[in-house]
Amino acid sequence: MKQLRTGVEPRLLVLLNYLLIQEDFFIIGGMNMLSLHYISQILPSLLVGTTMTLKIFCWTLIGALPLGMIFGLGLVSNIKLVKYFLNFYVWLMRGTPLLLQLIFVFYGLPIVGIVFQRYDAALFAFILNYSAYFAEIFRGGLQSVDRGQYEAAKVLRLSYWQTIRKIVIPQVAKIVLPSIGNEVINLVKDSSLVYVIGIGDLLRAGNVASARDVTLIPLLLVGVIYLLLTAVCTYVLRRVEKHYAYWR
Amino acid sequence: MLKINNLTKKFNERTIIDNLSFEVENSEILTIVGPSGAGKTTLLRCISGLESFDSGEFYLDGKKFNPYEDTGSESVIGVVFQDYQLFPNLTVLDNVTLAPQMVLKQSATEAKQSALKRLSRLQLDGKENLYPYQLSGGQKQRVAIARALAMQPKILCYDEPTSALDPELRGEVSRIIKGLKQDGMTQIVVTHDMDFANDVADKQLHVVPVK
Ligand SMILES: Nc1ncnc2c1ncn2[C@@H]1O[C@H](COP(=O)(O)OP(=O)(O)OP(=O)(O)O)[C@@H](O)[C@H]1O
Ligand SMILES: [Mg+2]
Repeated sequence: MKQLRTGVEPRLLVLLNYLLIQEDFFIIGGMNMLSLHYISQILPSLLVGTTMTLKIFCWTLIGALPLGMIFGLGLVSNIKLVKYFLNFYVWLMRGTPLLLQLIFVFYGLPIVGIVFQRYDAALFAFILNYSAYFAEIFRGGLQSVDRGQYEAAKVLRLSYWQTIRKIVIPQVAKIVLPSIGNEVINLVKDSSLVYVIGIGDLLRAGNVASARDVTLIPLLLVGVIYLLLTAVCTYVLRRVEKHYAYWR
Repeated sequence: MLKINNLTKKFNERTIIDNLSFEVENSEILTIVGPSGAGKTTLLRCISGLESFDSGEFYLDGKKFNPYEDTGSESVIGVVFQDYQLFPNLTVLDNVTLAPQMVLKQSATEAKQSALKRLSRLQLDGKENLYPYQLSGGQKQRVAIARALAMQPKILCYDEPTSALDPELRGEVSRIIKGLKQDGMTQIVVTHDMDFANDVADKQLHVVPVK
């Protein structure tokens, strides 16, 4: 080895080293002892990253779903000022990249004296962004409920909130579910944008390990974990859709 | 008895109903006929409180009321819509029992019992756990009637009850309407169908578009 090293370019050495780790991985499909050992070494840090990704995912949904629903009600309300404001907000949030919004909140706002912690900045930007998408989805859902349904409820003397609760929300939920599902899947992947403001999410964990150990394995694992997360989401969403499938 | 005095209704300065007066005795069937655009649906919507009106007075058994503003659970006027407007997310039974439970505060069993009785009289036995999409047009209409009756209205209104049905079902609808008359229900029926109107009417109101 020593002899070899003298004559060989350092870059080639890196490549050799790389192949040494990778070779078996690719030949035996990654199930040999060496790469299993390596995976078990990096998995904890990837799981820490996954936890962060899931935290951002969950809190964004918890914040953005109700906000989006309220904004959606506002978008179909008769109050002009509310409608103009919400339309502007939706236009702004959907018309600019989420990445820009993240950078703006974390790196931009401190310039004018508004400082967020990384994590708070991420949640702030994500909730505002996703609320806009959800608001548009709920607006569409609310508008597709026949006006006759409100009138039928009215002549039966149901109050506004009884009507919303018993008639409108179940119908809107069924209508919006597929679109909401799309956004939920997007959110799993969009959460990786927090990378840019230095949050240790799943993608960052994988990238760090990959750069440090000069191997593809962490990045492949990251891909597998994202696939698992979206698969779970897809499954849960299907179940919820099925729950609403008993009527048409 | 329902009495309407000098009812006027405008849509953006355009007069649709002009100074109309008429009355319906208890357990009478009034049919309202007239050409398209005469304002029949609009009149029904005014009576049932879905549309505001510009002037006029309404009396129910001698007591003045305003269908648009009085939204209490008394002086209820039931409506069977042209397209029924059943709640698609609720079973037949829940369509019928929802309002009695939430508005009249009937207990679940009480509401269910009288709903089942009503459904049975309308030949809907065994349909109570189906959803509206699983019903034929005629069945939907009968559920809509049962739903309206469950609120114990003083008056029941129909908008074009035969328009969406096969001609053979016309006789069925008039049989139901006449049956309800036997029970003492006061009914107002808007229709294009002159044969049907002549068949069920105790009294007929002809309306024409305002020039
Ligand atoms: N919400 C509304 N705004 C403005 N104009 C309306 C509205 N609803 C109805 N009209 C007008 O009022 C007139 C009467 O309509 P209406 O639906 O009451 O007629 P109709 O007698 O029921 O007709 P048809 O027999 O075709 O059902 C029509 O000229 C219609 O254009
Ligand atoms: Mg009409």
